[in-house]
Amino acid sequence: MIIAITAQGEALESEVDSRFGRANQFIIFNTDDGNYTVEDNKQNLNSDQGAGIQSAEKIVKSGAQVLLTGHCGPKAFKVLQAAGVEVIVDVTGKIMDAINKYKAGELKAVDKPDVEGHWG
Amino acid sequence: MIISIASGKGGTGKTTVAVNLALVVEGKVRLLDCDVEEPNSGIFLDVHECKAEENTALVPEINNDACTACAKCSEFCRYNALATLATTVLVFPELCHSCGGCGLVCPENAISEVLRRIGVIEYGKSKNLEFFQGRLDIGNTMAPPLIRSVKRKIVDDALSIIDSPPGSSCPMIAATADADYVVLVTEPTPFGLHDLKLAVETIEVLELKHGVIINRAGERDEMIEDYCKEKNIPVLAKIQDDRRIAEAYSRGRTIINSYPEYIPLFKGLLERIMEEAGGIR
Repeated sequence: MIIAITAQGEALESEVDSRFGRANQFIIFNTDDGNYTVEDNKQNLNSDQGAGIQSAEKIVKSGAQVLLTGHCGPKAFKVLQAAGVEVIVDVTGKIMDAINKYKAGELKAVDKPDVEGHWG
Repeated sequence: MIISIASGKGGTGKTTVAVNLALVVEGKVRLLDCDVEEPNSGIFLDVHECKAEENTALVPEINNDACTACAKCSEFCRYNALATLATTVLVFPELCHSCGGCGLVCPENAISEVLRRIGVIEYGKSKNLEFFQGRLDIGNTMAPPLIRSVKRKIVDDALSIIDSPPGSSCPMIAATADADYVVLVTEPTPFGLHDLKLAVETIEVLELKHGVIINRAGERDEMIEDYCKEKNIPVLAKIQDDRRIAEAYSRGRTIINSYPEYIPLFKGLLERIMEEAGGIR
């Protein structure tokens, strides 16, 4: 299974980025072989609007079935939900710890966005 | 003739200048409040025969039978109003700027444009003055299409005065583009000067004639005057820092109706603008 995590850095030891749309980068982790790739998010960091939507599109394209992040707004959530990606919010700490917690079944998906939409 | 009253910084007195200027015009005049996120010129006017019309903008609608989810549309949309999933495209109409580009790049002709309400244009009359204001619906962010609709109320046989939104981004540009003259209202504070510079940079790109009004003028006017001198921008008028003006404003009253001694200032300003707009700068 593929897990996407918003990350402040490029390593599994880096911290989870609490932002989704404007996360520094995404780590796309494959639980089958333990390999991962880093998806740069510069374009969305600098976009005027709709960063969440485009980030969500990116996650969908990566083939991830679940997203671990800090917060997720309504527009991004709509995209992820339409594509059947599970959204888990309020995730903090190191990337690897978050993955392990998810594998252990300690993290539960949400059925709605946890923050309000905003502009810009 | 179109005069746009703009500023960089908010709260410098655009509405005050626009309303009082409109009221000293002797011929036909149209005042257009294009600050569609928070129109307030109307508060100061005693207008009647009020009407309102709905305003709409074109947004894309995806025909899912024809869409192949090729992502050309969402890649094209720089406003991120479209998101392509495995078999379909999601539309976020509230982010759409109505450029129509997605429909043009779609190879399958799967995108049609539909009308979506974004706000209203309200209308009222008071003697020789006709007043229009755009009011964006709550939850909408796309001010420019509504501003452009308000500007369609400009007619050749009346002087048009536009109360522009603050700032120097898309809404301000929509409200000032194609003006014959732009009046930049500022105040002698570091913020006033800083944002005036941003506004001037924008207006220079638009290649519009412009001049400055110093509002709440007093002991620190030099900071604005020095900048204007350096840039060769005329200071059209100064409105003194007069507490009575603020008091009248807070009661929804105009300066010239409350304190007729200010009438010459606004008449002089109007004449000066006409001169500057007609002449070569």
